[in-house]
Amino acid sequence: MSAVMITRKVRKWEKLPGKNTFCCDGRVMMARQKGIFYLTLFLIIGTCSLFFAFECPYLAVHLSPAIPVFAVVLFLFVMAMLLRTSFSDPGVLPRALPEEANFIEMEIEAANGNVPSGQRPPPRIRNVQINNQIVKLKYCYTCKIFRPPRASHCSICDNCVDRFDHHCPWVGNCVGKRNYRYFYLFTLTLSLLTIYIFAFDIVHVVMRSVDQGFLNTLKETPGTVLEVLVCFFTLWSMVGLTGFHTYLISLNQTTNEDIKGSWSGKNRGQNPYSHKNIIKNCCEVLCGPTYPSVLDRRGLMQEDSPTLVTSEGPCSFDNPVAQTTKTTAPLIPNEHTPEDVKPSIAASAEKSPSPKEDHSPAPKLPPLASPETDVETSIVKNH
Amino acid sequence: MLHNLKDIQHTASLVTKVFIQRDYSEGTVCRFQTKFPTELNNKIERALLEQTVKTLNLYYMEAEKVGGQSYLEGCLACATAYIVFFCMETRYEKVLKKISGYIQEQNEKIYAPRGLLLTDPIERGMRVLEISIFEDQGSSGSSPSSGMSSCSTAR
Repeated sequence: MSAVMITRKVRKWEKLPGKNTFCCDGRVMMARQKGIFYLTLFLIIGTCSLFFAFECPYLAVHLSPAIPVFAVVLFLFVMAMLLRTSFSDPGVLPRALPEEANFIEMEIEAANGNVPSGQRPPPRIRNVQINNQIVKLKYCYTCKIFRPPRASHCSICDNCVDRFDHHCPWVGNCVGKRNYRYFYLFTLTLSLLTIYIFAFDIVHVVMRSVDQGFLNTLKETPGTVLEVLVCFFTLWSMVGLTGFHTYLISLNQTTNEDIKGSWSGKNRGQNPYSHKNIIKNCCEVLCGPTYPSVLDRRGLMQEDSPTLVTSEGPCSFDNPVAQTTKTTAPLIPNEHTPEDVKPSIAASAEKSPSPKEDHSPAPKLPPLASPETDVETSIVKNH
Repeated sequence: MLHNLKDIQHTASLVTKVFIQRDYSEGTVCRFQTKFPTELNNKIERALLEQTVKTLNLYYMEAEKVGGQSYLEGCLACATAYIVFFCMETRYEKVLKKISGYIQEQNEKIYAPRGLLLTDPIERGMRVLEISIFEDQGSSGSSPSSGMSSCSTAR
């Protein structure tokens, strides 16, 4: 038996905490539950295929070839927007590394002073003034950061997302700062596509019925019935959703803020992020700068994992599991701490965390990779 | 002997890290506070750090400016269904490269000789500007270093 140190390079996305799934070696980022997203894809592609198969040949000949051409363009645009919304990073804020989490904890401790034992420490809130409005920044216990203004923690993806709008199961991803404009354009163009297909379905049925009669028309193009049904129900929801988001954009609000009533009711007219001008608000949201992802999913990092090798050969590896970042920040008991954990926390809190670190970090013990994992391995014999 | 950037990683050991937080007084634009952290009192002159932070803030303001160029970029990209972003670098990404170069240059010229190291905010989710404080281990390889603060003021 000898101990060897396996140094391997992994992509950073493999070690990201949170409940996202990654594809194409980190290029694609989505939520875990993708079932409804596949349904969305199926409905759009299915309905459009029926339209191209049944209606378009007739309409191209009897009306204009521009009709199917425009439908294709619209369809491609809808798909591009959907895939961009679903596959991109919505603006996830990475969790605080241990040193940063410690630093924040110490600042909080200093600010709170001495809390008598048995009493709850005050809630962790930072007040900032933005455009003469006091905005409260809440502390996220999962990510160990004070959330920036307009950020919120998505419980489905288990990430803090900047300018969090909502988690959309239809696109299989959160909608946040980075992909909100794609989401809006998706709803807008899908509404247009739905109206377009619905309208031309009716035109087609009417035109053909004049020649052949209504029942014969339905027999020749059975897909029409399906398309009309799907479009009819989709139309109302999509047009409504587009209208709602147009309203939000003109006020520079997020769905999250609207639901919570942050800037409505008695706070109406006090949204500090609004430019008080509809055009300016729209321009900022739709034509503003394209923010880069701060996650660096495809960066490489070194990972050291000690392992024992038996003399018979390499040991069997466990299935790779996405490793959650384990932080060593001292926990301060709060209202979320379970009762049985509090005494042990109190004991460990008395030990002051040592700030001095070794030059090379102590080897972590992550789950071992399986041979299928696409990483480079170099085995360094332990002396 | 003052450190250079390479020395710092081989001979010095990390003492602690200081985090300069975001300044949200102007909204959600990326800005860092110019408040001087007390832990750096004897390490670097206030004016130098303030200058670095102010320059970074200017860079971020340039990247996030909503104006003629960003509208043009946005409309052009929209017209191509954002496919153009696969071939073209956005303005923000160009500015981030400039920022990265600036931080590297600042580290080499100002911070490493004082035993400090700036970390690009993008590596910390644009949340904090991390400054690592190093101390010479006094290992046999490097020349003995006198107090860093006295060296920096002597410059």
